[in-house]
Amino acid sequence: MMRFTRVRAIGLRVVPLLALGALAGMSSGANGQYAATAPGLAAYFKPVTQGATTPDSDGFLRRWLLLEPIDKPNRSNTGFTATYVRQALTTQNFPGQFTAIPRDGQVVKATQPLRWHALETGAFNVKLFSFAKGLGKPTYGVIFWAVTIVDSPREIRDVRLAVGSNSASIWWLNGKETVGLFNDRRMVMDDVLSDRVTLRKGRNVLRGAVINGPGLSDFCVRFVDETGRPITDLKTDVR
Amino acid sequence: MTRVAAAALGLSVFLAAGPSPAAAQLQGETFIHDPSTVTESDGKYHTFGTRGGGLVSDDGWTWRGGPERPGGGVAPDVIKIGERYYVAYAIGGGGMSGGHASQVKIMWTSSLDPKSPRFKYHDVGVVASSDGVETVDAIDPAFLYVDGRLWLTYGTYFGPIRIIELDPKTGLRVAGNQPVDVAIDMEATAMMHRDGWHYLLGTHGTCCDGPNSTYHIRVGRSRSPLGPYVDHMGTPLLRGGGKLVVSARGRNIGPGHFGLIELDGGVEKFSMHYEADMNRSGRSVLGIEPLRWTDGWPVAGEKVVPGTYEVASERSGYALGLATDVVRIAFDPRRAFMARPTDHVSPVPDQTLAQDSAGWPQGRIRVDLADYMNRPHQLWTIGPAAGGGGYFGAPYYTITIAGTTRALAATAQGQVETVPAFTGATEQMWRIDQLTDGTYRIMPKSVPGGRVNLALIAIGASTPTLAKFDPTSPAGRWTFKQP
Repeated sequence: MMRFTRVRAIGLRVVPLLALGALAGMSSGANGQYAATAPGLAAYFKPVTQGATTPDSDGFLRRWLLLEPIDKPNRSNTGFTATYVRQALTTQNFPGQFTAIPRDGQVVKATQPLRWHALETGAFNVKLFSFAKGLGKPTYGVIFWAVTIVDSPREIRDVRLAVGSNSASIWWLNGKETVGLFNDRRMVMDDVLSDRVTLRKGRNVLRGAVINGPGLSDFCVRFVDETGRPITDLKTDVR
Repeated sequence: MTRVAAAALGLSVFLAAGPSPAAAQLQGETFIHDPSTVTESDGKYHTFGTRGGGLVSDDGWTWRGGPERPGGGVAPDVIKIGERYYVAYAIGGGGMSGGHASQVKIMWTSSLDPKSPRFKYHDVGVVASSDGVETVDAIDPAFLYVDGRLWLTYGTYFGPIRIIELDPKTGLRVAGNQPVDVAIDMEATAMMHRDGWHYLLGTHGTCCDGPNSTYHIRVGRSRSPLGPYVDHMGTPLLRGGGKLVVSARGRNIGPGHFGLIELDGGVEKFSMHYEADMNRSGRSVLGIEPLRWTDGWPVAGEKVVPGTYEVASERSGYALGLATDVVRIAFDPRRAFMARPTDHVSPVPDQTLAQDSAGWPQGRIRVDLADYMNRPHQLWTIGPAAGGGGYFGAPYYTITIAGTTRALAATAQGQVETVPAFTGATEQMWRIDQLTDGTYRIMPKSVPGGRVNLALIAIGASTPTLAKFDPTSPAGRWTFKQP
């Protein structure tokens, strides 16, 4: 049923919405502290507070730097093969895309200027659609980038990065591609898990990119141990 | 009656191996009648049969003669309590030698392995008997040890099945204990205990006539070990009731003499003998099959039948497949949705292997779990690995993409992938055990680097890996579905 609805949306509604989204363009210049109180956004995000925070009780990472969406029209998600997604998400769209730790409010130069927002989700997932809509940005046919800093109290071996995303996404831990979610995906907790990786003691940089055509973009991320239990004694921050 | 036939035909126990059997059956010298409960001792699995000897195996798949059991007689059973292996067996009766006078005797040893220094049988004595005049025949003993109490059933068609209580410290009959009738029209009984129920299994039908035998196993249950036992229809076993557990299958005729085998991870199987293995001259052989539980009743399960399947995860329902780009089938959804009901329809051909595989890498390819779409990268051909051996009633299997040589394999990193061709390496062979709910556990025969006891686990909804099997979780359960 969802598929049917989505196909129908492609034919009847998506293209006009994409056009409207493009027109809405870059009207907002809000930084994260401001954006979190913007109408339509405050229901899902709150401003980042001083000092690091912890994952929620289930281990989901709540604090993120989110980049305003990059326009990437896709009328359907059925073409999100690994090859396509990897090509789309590893294309350089802005300086420092794969290396820099952005600052809240920093504007980067893509095809249009895009601003980073430091936000904390009020749910287990990060509602990218609501993020974009709340800022008056395009919601369909987009790529979102997200960055967070994970501070581990010790080296933890054989952990897995557990991701759910709508739709496809790729995630890099400390600069190395760690997990990819391809095809037309629903956001399901613990949908795709990475191979066993090591969390360094101290600072770890987690970077992800989510691509979506039509639909409610979002993601949820946590680390789990060898048995699938969430790792909760971490801290996350955006600086 | 049937026992006379057995004696007359001289049913053999562990005679020399016959011609090569079908691959899905046990291997080696599997010839036995009335096998006792398979019991581990000194790292080997033992079962004893009618007459003096029995079979031994290192893996539950390939069997050979070897164990020694003094006392002779018929249809023994074995149970381990503490450091003792108690052995019950019957002398006389069964209609053999023309009578039903019989004695059930007990002995014990600290090892079943004749090579062990702890191997020495100690006679306990007679715990039940029939005098040849009364309508009871004290043969076919079977143990049940539950909640610190040791029970023994015995009997055959000549009269009732009876149960008595033994002292688990000595093997002797509890002082003053009187036998209780619990069933009729049975022989070769066995008992199990599960979820507060006592299960009495027994063999119905005629034994000892090769392909013409009608032996089959039935069951009833009771909250008390002393009964009353009834079947799923409420028919008392004392009135001939009994729910079917297993009957003849394929070229294996006349299963009888149930014995529970409890393996790691909650896997349950059962041993029996087939009166006739039609691939082995119609001789009586050991059989081992999975045991399923449905609505509180045990029933014979099924080994994986060689064929081509979707392999579906019980965690997410997603299908195991190559982690390759999905190739679209050319299709215009708008035309399909706009079509009128009366418009001509025609079949859409399945995607071919060539279409699906055009972009596959040549080397190793990882696997994932995804929506099942009946695509070649999701179809797995499963069959016995030639020369790969087996484990408790099932061979090791190869799991390959249908129409190719690309084989599922374990990696040294504890992951799972496919290799371009099956090479015979043990990490490319898989043990597939049916679980009690009818789903299956899939384990590599070995993992490079020596990690052991790993199973195929859906660690994520869409991510398979190799990890320790948790019998309480759906993550390690799989089903094989016809495409």
